[in-house]
Amino acid sequence: MITYENACRIINRSRGSAVSVTTMTQTKYWNEISEEPDLDIGISNGMSKASSIALGVALGKPETTVLCLDADGSLLMNLGSLATVAGMGPKNMFHFVFNNGIYAITGGQPVPAPGVEYAEVAKACGYSASYRFEDTETFDNNLPKILQSEGPVLIELIVKGEPQTDGVDQTWESNAGMPKQLRALRKRLTGKDDWGAGGPYI
Amino acid sequence: MINGILHPKNVIDQLVRQKVSHYVTLPDSETAHMYKALMAEPSITVVPVAREGEAIPVAAGLFLAGQNPVISIQNAGFYEAGDALRGLALGIGLPLVMFIGYRGHNRKGDTPDSAAAFLEPYLHLWRVDYFVIESDDDLERVPLAFERAAATNQPFAVAIGTEYAKEGVE
Repeated sequence: MITYENACRIINRSRGSAVSVTTMTQTKYWNEISEEPDLDIGISNGMSKASSIALGVALGKPETTVLCLDADGSLLMNLGSLATVAGMGPKNMFHFVFNNGIYAITGGQPVPAPGVEYAEVAKACGYSASYRFEDTETFDNNLPKILQSEGPVLIELIVKGEPQTDGVDQTWESNAGMPKQLRALRKRLTGKDDWGAGGPYI
Repeated sequence: MINGILHPKNVIDQLVRQKVSHYVTLPDSETAHMYKALMAEPSITVVPVAREGEAIPVAAGLFLAGQNPVISIQNAGFYEAGDALRGLALGIGLPLVMFIGYRGHNRKGDTPDSAAAFLEPYLHLWRVDYFVIESDDDLERVPLAFERAAATNQPFAVAIGTEYAKEGVE
């Protein structure tokens, strides 16, 4: 079984200048190691929609690699997005699914069907390729080559769940984090600082 | 529906004038002819989604990449998209024009379709400003919708209150 920390370190090592769209527990680890914060989005206020946002960025910037660090519970809520991604076929999108079989953020309750094999679902939907890794070494050895292939590719990682018991940080400051990140990413991708304040947080 | 005639080509002309890049949509019975007409417009990429809740986040991602998307979904699906509207449009200040199929709408205001009955109260609930378009005569409101979305950094709805006309219908 792979740990979140190791998975994020391995992905980050091959990241280059890719955009990352993360959600749930992996956001915490990704933020600790990322050296490109202006290319990172942590989806903290858009339940289950990491894959859809990543698709939009991938379609809008086809020359830029987009890494989506999704979660099994999140993807189950937005499973149709696999068909949407496959239908559009973005060659620059790599969709990681951290599969721990639980809702970690809410304390570790099991997802409705912990045995779902997301790599198989993606394959059936029409992703270019899909993989399932259960150990760190095999994942580490194979990822660089996978990232050289054409997307959309789904990489399912069987990870050790880390149930949280201390709740979710809901303050005005914490909720302003995502809108600020989004503006930084748009500025980085377009070279224009043209998206002003809006919404309740900034 | 008993309202005026709305030609897809005239709406598409407005979208082209606004330099719309992507049309993120889940087709519905009211917009079937629009979908067909859009396929013939080379400057706009149609992005079909599997569920309406995907439309706003896909559009948000496109906007982050410097594109100029709109979404088009039916009122019933707009309700399903509520959390995306909250977190990824209103919550981030996304200047997005949302075309919402007003299924069941008629000018008498007497409809057995709850999808229609709830639309305007629902928009008011979210504090989303909107126009209703029922015919080609109303199309001058489309550029205003883009202006309002850009000026406020907020989503703006254009409720399509009639079925798009089939090609050749005058």
